[in-house]
Amino acid sequence: MIRRVLLIAVPYLWLLALFLVPFVIVLKISLSDIALAIPPYTPTLDFSAGWEGIRTFFAGLDFENFVWLTQDDLYWKAYLSSVWIATFSTAITLLVGYPIAYGMARAPLEWRPTLMMLVILPFWTSFLIRVYSWMGILSNEGFLNQLLLWLGLIDTPLIILNTNTAVYIGIVYTYLPFMILPIYAALERLDDSLIEAAEDLGCSRLTAFWLVTVPLSRNGIIAGSFLVFIPALGEFVIPSLLGGSQTLMIGKVLWEEFFSNRDWPVASAVAVVLLLLLIMPIVLFQRNQQKQQEAET
Amino acid sequence: MSETEFAPWLNPGEKPLIRFRNVTKNFGDFTALDDLTLDIYEREFFALLGPSGCGKTTLMRMLAGFETPTRGTIELAGKNIVPVPPNRRAVNMMFQSYALFPHLSVWENIAFGLKRDRMPKADMDARVEKMLKLTRLEKFAQRKPHQISGGQRQRVALARSLAKAPKLLLLDEPLGALDAKLRQDTQFELMDIQEKTGTTFVIVTHDQEEAMTVASRIAVMDHGRIVQADTPANIYEQPNSVYVADFIGDVNIIEGTVSPTGDGKFSLHWKEGQPPLTATSDRPFSAGDACHLAIRPEKVAISAQEPEEAVNVVKGKVLDIAYLGNLSTYHVELPTGTIIKAQTANTRRLSNRQITWEDTVWLSWTVTAGVLLAE
Ligand SMILES: Nc1ncnc2c1ncn2[C@@H]1O[C@H](COP(=O)(O)OP(=O)(O)O)[C@@H](O)[C@H]1O
Ligand SMILES: [Mg+2]
Repeated sequence: MIRRVLLIAVPYLWLLALFLVPFVIVLKISLSDIALAIPPYTPTLDFSAGWEGIRTFFAGLDFENFVWLTQDDLYWKAYLSSVWIATFSTAITLLVGYPIAYGMARAPLEWRPTLMMLVILPFWTSFLIRVYSWMGILSNEGFLNQLLLWLGLIDTPLIILNTNTAVYIGIVYTYLPFMILPIYAALERLDDSLIEAAEDLGCSRLTAFWLVTVPLSRNGIIAGSFLVFIPALGEFVIPSLLGGSQTLMIGKVLWEEFFSNRDWPVASAVAVVLLLLLIMPIVLFQRNQQKQQEAET
Repeated sequence: MSETEFAPWLNPGEKPLIRFRNVTKNFGDFTALDDLTLDIYEREFFALLGPSGCGKTTLMRMLAGFETPTRGTIELAGKNIVPVPPNRRAVNMMFQSYALFPHLSVWENIAFGLKRDRMPKADMDARVEKMLKLTRLEKFAQRKPHQISGGQRQRVALARSLAKAPKLLLLDEPLGALDAKLRQDTQFELMDIQEKTGTTFVIVTHDQEEAMTVASRIAVMDHGRIVQADTPANIYEQPNSVYVADFIGDVNIIEGTVSPTGDGKFSLHWKEGQPPLTATSDRPFSAGDACHLAIRPEKVAISAQEPEEAVNVVKGKVLDIAYLGNLSTYHVELPTGTIIKAQTANTRRLSNRQITWEDTVWLSWTVTAGVLLAE
């Protein structure tokens, strides 16, 4: 009995310490008011004042900051733009990642560990360094433009850095492995004779792909898409390094509220809403994983 | 020949449905099929039999269109099908692994090929229903493959491959995964379905009993060649080589040299100091040819007393008795050290059987009991 309670308690304690406690703190700050103090918000809980202190503490909390988020159109535009950028990048990542995963799954058995290694290899260097390298590649005098000019494909350098295009490139590049690996896992398990059976029953190669390969790698596609979409939605580093002034993403807004405006309460409110926005895809993702596990047993 | 007997291969005017002409298949420097020539006729239930790795699946996959011959041609109904892709052949295959689509229901699996042909909905429904009925799967139409038993899955695979009414159905070790009882039932079911639908079946198996049961003809293969292709009875009674005789059923092989004694009879000198054995053969052996006499154990009679009028008699000692219920096989050692197996039906009760271990016995057989084989 005690063992069972312990077994169940451990993950909940984990969740409590690493998710719930920080969330409650952020939620509390989001309900506070900005103040010129350290920390830069009020009220703070004053236990020395006893019961009365707790009463004034709760009385000081309100939803003002959330109301503010609806009044300034910067915020909802930023949320919407983030959802759009995340969705679009996820779609491109899928389009790029699927053929790579497919190629890996079809490669001779002895090559596969090497190919897997190549996909994971970028993680061995710092994420920041890799994003900075993209600045070197995409800038006006960067490698890409020099190459294209040298090949004579263009006369004037393309402006890519500091545009949304650069952000898409950055997101696709960064999260590609998260798309490839689950799709590869699904495709690798696919029995070749299923494709042959489809062809035997009258499918061309292409229809066999649509009717058999794609549906049977669906779980991999879903898992990969969530693994890209969820972090891309709140992405901050990529839009601030590769994006331009017109790139509007909620991660960037959040950062500015915290560090430029030092408005912790509004920043926290932005974070809370972002989290609520993410809960839906996260729950869907969990559902997909669970269904997949059930199908396998 | 009577009209009722099905034997199109004996009729020179009959056009074969499938015609392999000098087909060779190389994988790298490995030869999987070696200059193979073979005719298969319409409505046949043709079995490919051979040890693992002899090229049965390769031959089958060529018919389905998944492999192309390195050399030679394959004709289906008079047309060369080598350049035709699998989806354009009137051939369907039941895969060794069944290859059912796990994301589709039993119904959708069976309808899969019909949908590709854009069959009208009503016709398709009727056809699928008919297939479900034929394979007794009506109750499972809405289940997914992982929700039914192995035997049911195998029937779904069969229904799916039959649904398009192919000219030719290929079955690659279709019953490999079934237990003995279910296997036997399914063999009879397959024969029944084959007869009802009139489809030509080519079945791959490594189980000789299965081939004997279901097939109109059997091709015994070895190392990418067909050693003999004939009816089950002829393969059993008239094997053309020691390989075939040994592959199908149990056999005693006695080596020696022959000399013709006229009248289609030959005497086989098989051991110094032993009287020669006599056998008939319609093959022309000349004196001194090395030869093998193949005799089935059930054609060898065993007795405790010396038989009076037998042509071929050898004396020996019972080494071992294998009791198989309906039959007993006696392993008899001759003074020369050769071991000969003799099989008798157990019509008496075990307790009053007269021959037992260490007994001296006489083995005998007639001149036509065995087959003389050159190799
Ligand atoms: N795609 C292939 N590449 C290389 N060798 C193959 C290939 N397919 C079959 N073989 C070889 O050809 C031989 C015959 O195979 P197969 O036709 O599957 O035999 P069977 O079905 O009689 O057991 C085997 O030795 C096998 O290893
Ligand atoms: Mg095989």
